[in-house]
Amino acid sequence: MTLPASRRPTLPSLRRALSGVLCAAALFASGAGHALAEPKKKFDVCWTIYVGWMPWDYAVSSGIMKKWADKYGIEVNVTQLNDYIESINQYTAGKFDACTMTNMDALTIPAASGVDSTALIVGDYSNGNDGITLKGKTELKDIKGQRVNLVELSVSHYMLARALETAGLTEKDITIVNTSDADIVAAAASPDVTALVSWKPQLAEINAMPGMTEVFNSSKIPGEILDMMVVNTQTLKDNPDLGKALVGAWYEVMALVEKKDPATLEAMARASGTDVAGFESQLATTKLFVSAAEAVAFTSSADFPALMKKVADFSFAHGLFGEGAQSVDAIGIEYAGGATQGDAANLKLRFPTEYMQMAAEGGL
Amino acid sequence: MKRLINLRPERAARLALSALPFAFVIGLYLVSSELRLAANPNDKLLPALPQLYAAIDRLAFTANVRSGQYDFWFDTLASLRRLVFGVGISALLGLCLGVASGVIPYVRAGASPVVTAISMVPPMAVLPILFIVFGLGEIAKVVLVVFGVAPVIVRDMQLRAMEIPQELTIKAQTLGASSWQYILRVVLPQVMPRLITCIRLSLGPAWLFVIAAEAIAATEGLGYRIFLVRRYLAMDVILPYVVWITLLALVMDHALRWLQKRMYPWAESEHEARPAP
Repeated sequence: MTLPASRRPTLPSLRRALSGVLCAAALFASGAGHALAEPKKKFDVCWTIYVGWMPWDYAVSSGIMKKWADKYGIEVNVTQLNDYIESINQYTAGKFDACTMTNMDALTIPAASGVDSTALIVGDYSNGNDGITLKGKTELKDIKGQRVNLVELSVSHYMLARALETAGLTEKDITIVNTSDADIVAAAASPDVTALVSWKPQLAEINAMPGMTEVFNSSKIPGEILDMMVVNTQTLKDNPDLGKALVGAWYEVMALVEKKDPATLEAMARASGTDVAGFESQLATTKLFVSAAEAVAFTSSADFPALMKKVADFSFAHGLFGEGAQSVDAIGIEYAGGATQGDAANLKLRFPTEYMQMAAEGGL
Repeated sequence: MKRLINLRPERAARLALSALPFAFVIGLYLVSSELRLAANPNDKLLPALPQLYAAIDRLAFTANVRSGQYDFWFDTLASLRRLVFGVGISALLGLCLGVASGVIPYVRAGASPVVTAISMVPPMAVLPILFIVFGLGEIAKVVLVVFGVAPVIVRDMQLRAMEIPQELTIKAQTLGASSWQYILRVVLPQVMPRLITCIRLSLGPAWLFVIAAEAIAATEGLGYRIFLVRRYLAMDVILPYVVWITLLALVMDHALRWLQKRMYPWAESEHEARPAP
C-alpha cells in the first residue's frame, strides 16, 4: 500500500537541505579558498585615498595599468575603497590579491592573521605626514598628563610611542582617547581637546587652527612609517606577472611624478579631493622613492631590519600580534637577501627587492 | 476544514521550533569556522570556540595589565550608563513635551512641526556638530542618544494623548477638572504604559547611537572596544561583545515589559491578545 503523501519518507528533501547547508558553509569558507592560489588571469587590487597611493588612481585613469596588464596578458582590477582598515581586512579575508597599506598595518593585520604577505613595492616613507599637535603648549614634553586624541593602535599611536621615548616619557604619562580619523578635525575644534596625533590632510587642517603647535612629526623618525603595495605571497609566487605588471605601472607613474608633470599632479590632486597646492604640500612631507633604485637601496639597506624591529616591538607590546603570540618573534619577517627576523618557520611578511630591482634594471 | 491559522504547536514543538534557527546559525558558524581554520590556522575571521572562550576569559575575568580593571565589565558599565542616561532623559522629555503637545493646542502648533522635522534629521549626520558643540566627553554621547530617541517618544506620546476618547475629556471637564487636573488625572495614567512600550522599542536605536558615539571618540565602552579591535579583525572579541549587547538589550526589554505588567496590568496592548512569546 502506498503511503499518503504526508507520510512518505522525506529523505530526498533532507538530503537537499543538507547540501544547501553545506553550500552555504562552502560559500562562507570560500574566502579561505582564495589563499590556495593557482595561476590565474584576473587579479583584484585595492587601495585607499592617501597621498602615497594616489599614483594608483592615475595609473588606472591614464590607462597605464591596463597597458602593463595587457603586456603580460593578465587583467588587473584596481578598486578604490573608502575605508583604509576595511581595505586591509578585505585583503586579509582573501577578497583582494593586493592592497596598499603601511608596514605596521601589514605586520599586525594580514601577517598576524596568518596571511603570508609580500611588500612588492615600498613606495615612500612618511617624512612629516604624521604629526603631534598641542593646543596652547609648544614643547613635546608638555604632553605629559594630557589626554591625547588619536586613532588608537594605528601608525599615529606608534609615532606617539616613539615621540614619548624621545622625550623620556611613557604611555603611562598620558591618556589615549581613541578618536576616529574622520572626526579628528572636528575634535580639534572642541575646547577640551588639547593634544592630537593625526596625519595629512587632517594634520594640516589642525596645525592651521589658532593656538596649535606641531611638536613632533614623522620626519624625526624617518623610514619607520612606510607606505607599500602588499601582495599575497602565494599569489605572487604562482603569478609573477602580477608583480611585474604592478611594479612596471607604478614606476612609470613615478617617473611622471618626478618630472612634476602638471597633468599627472592635477589628476592626483583632484582625485584626492584637494588642489595642486594642497597635494604638493602633502607630497613635500612624503619621501617618495621615485626611482626603483632608491626603493631597492632603502629596502636592502642594513638599517632597515632595525627600523622594522621597532615597529614589531611596539605591535607586540600592544597585543597586536594576537593572543597566541608568545613573543615579538612570533611573526617572522624576511628581508632582501634571505635574512630573517623572528620565527624563521613562520615567515609572514616579506620585503624582497627582486621586482623593484627588475624595474631598476629596466628588465620589465 | 483544517486551517493553518488554527494549528497551535504544543509546548515541546514550540520550544523546538524557536531553538531551531539558533541551532542552525550556530551549526553553520561552527562548520564554516572549521573549514576556514583548516585552511589557515591563524585565521581571525571565524574563530573557533576555544578562541572565543579565551577572549572572553581575557576580557572579563583577567585584569587588564595596564589599567588594572576588568575591561568587559568596565565597558559594559560605561555603555550602560550612557544608554540609561540617554534613554531616561529622552523619556522624561518625551513625556513632558509629548503630553503637553498632545493636550494643549497652542503647544502642539508650536512644537509639533519642529519636533517632526528634528525626528527626520539623521542623528549620525549631526554627530560631528554635536562633538564640536558639546566636546568629546559623556555629554555629547548622551545628547546623541537623546537627539535620536526623544523626538520619536515625543511624537508617540503626542499621538497617544490625542487618541484619548473625546467622551473622557468631556466627562472630566463636566466634573470640573482644570487643564492641569485633566493632564494629571486623565492623560498621564493613560499614556504611561504607552511610554514604557515606546522606551522598549527605542532601546534598539538607542544602543545604535551609543555604539556609534563610542566608535568616534571614547576611552571605554562596548562600542569603543568593538571598533578598536575591528582594525585587527579580532572577531574573537567582537562576536562575544555583540552577543552580550544583544543579551543586555533583551534583558532590558523583558524588564520593561515586566514593569509595565506590574504597574499597569489593565493596559492591554493590541499585540497582547494572545500569550506573549
